[in-house]
Amino acid sequence: MAAVGDPTTGDPATGDPTTGDLAAARAAARAADRAEACVIACAEAFRGDGEILASPIGVIPTIAVRLARHTFEPLLLVTDGEACIVEGTWPVGTPAPGPVESWLPYRAVFDVVWRGDRHVMMTPSQIDAYGNANISAIGSHARPKVQLLGARGAPGNTVSHPTSYWVPKHSARVFTPKVDVVAGVGWDNGERAGSAATRYMQLRRVVSNLAAFDWDPKTRRMRLLSVHPGVRVAEVAAATGFDLVVGEDVPVTRPPTAEELRLIREVIDPKGMRYREVPP
Amino acid sequence: MAGKRMTEADVVDRLRSGMTIGIGGWGSRRKPMSMVRAIVRSDLTDLTVVSYGGPDVGLLCAAGKVKKLVFGFVSLDSIPLDPLFRAARQQGSIEVAEYDEGMVQLGLYAAATRLPFVPTRVGLGSLVATTNPALRTVVDPYGGEEFIAMPPLELDAALVHMNRADEKGNAQFLGPDPYFDDLFCAAAEDAYVSCEQIVPTEDLTKAAHPVTVRISRMLVTGVVEAPHGAHFTSCVPDYDRDEAFQRLYVEAAGDPGRWAAFGDRFLAGGEAEYQREVAALAAEKEA
Repeated sequence: MAAVGDPTTGDPATGDPTTGDLAAARAAARAADRAEACVIACAEAFRGDGEILASPIGVIPTIAVRLARHTFEPLLLVTDGEACIVEGTWPVGTPAPGPVESWLPYRAVFDVVWRGDRHVMMTPSQIDAYGNANISAIGSHARPKVQLLGARGAPGNTVSHPTSYWVPKHSARVFTPKVDVVAGVGWDNGERAGSAATRYMQLRRVVSNLAAFDWDPKTRRMRLLSVHPGVRVAEVAAATGFDLVVGEDVPVTRPPTAEELRLIREVIDPKGMRYREVPP
Repeated sequence: MAGKRMTEADVVDRLRSGMTIGIGGWGSRRKPMSMVRAIVRSDLTDLTVVSYGGPDVGLLCAAGKVKKLVFGFVSLDSIPLDPLFRAARQQGSIEVAEYDEGMVQLGLYAAATRLPFVPTRVGLGSLVATTNPALRTVVDPYGGEEFIAMPPLELDAALVHMNRADEKGNAQFLGPDPYFDDLFCAAAEDAYVSCEQIVPTEDLTKAAHPVTVRISRMLVTGVVEAPHGAHFTSCVPDYDRDEAFQRLYVEAAGDPGRWAAFGDRFLAGGEAEYQREVAALAAEKEA
């Protein structure tokens, strides 16, 4: 068993056996893996959001939002995936046990989007340095090589409220110099479209299986924020199809606390669905 | 007052090639599939379809009924993509007007309220602005910023499936979400509502709040009683999505030979035959 207070377990306070949480200490014995680092990086994207609707799309973002709400961001609102906002912390891949807080049919979701009380995390097939994101089609829009989902809510989300992205498999094909179709609006296209587009635009964070990113406020180009444990900066740069803004000292994504690891492993994702997105 | 009961065939008789048809539901949820199947069997063609797309879009594309699709997405929910829609796009066999899903609501709202456009920031800077050449912007007369002027999505006909209706056309959802079905009806010249069961008016609100009777008869031209009419999409609480059948649809759609066999068994006959074959298939699996 790893020593309590080992840096890989994060917060020594919650791992301290004198505070009595033996289960947490035991769970922390197995060091956090890459999928768990991704959960933490995604959860961190929602830090400070307060009382707004969090809309994670994908398994790891969903785990992350439930974790964030259970721990450091308790006012977040989440849905059951149908039409209700629900309380509680429950395993991914299972129906929400409730209790229901309020009703949120799709029509009301659009109202929330347009009012701006929401932070979405979407999974793009392509994303560029300015944050333009494609979930619509690969190739030409007139006759796609590969038809994807369609624009969905991406154009509206990106000009209305905070938007983050999750990329389970970082590659130069995804992190591309130019997206084929702009579904989620990037900073450059927003600025060209005018102040109505940029007034409420907040591209917040990109998390991949290698690293976390935000945007340089001056150049509006994607900036390396942290690398996950075991990942080298050069590795991230090599897997990215455009030049990233990279500072002098790139920190490592913070490790999960012992309690966070216990929640991920025993409460929110006991079946290990996170490994479908980021294999061990 | 005279009832508005009709059959799926009566509905199709009232539709014309070249019409713009709105289809209610969302993804693979509460789709008016029995009316969609009736269109598939008909000789209608060159339709413009407006939909929060699910298998309705896939089936109509594969049957060669669609000239143009107005959409924000096409998805089967538990299976992210519809193979028949993808094939139609990748073969270039349909035109599209792709909007943000919220803009589809605004377009239906503009049509329903007889407005020339609804201003929105949604779509600015995105594919919506670059791939819809007829789309215009408008300057806010108060603040001076430039917005997209979402035009009305005027429908010749709307097709929706509800849980209950009376024969006058008052229609009720009993599941978690009304989706945009009432708005589709309001945006249409004629609206056709299929439902799981036609009941006396007083029964609609015996156990349910009046808010669930989302569609008023003033919007409705015809009512079709279609038990399991949304199959294989969900129609909660009457039934969930038939996931096994949806998988069968997707697998068949990926292979021309299997798709032909699927069509022969499930789509060639009428609705009663479809429902019989679905039940027979379920019984085969039980055995």
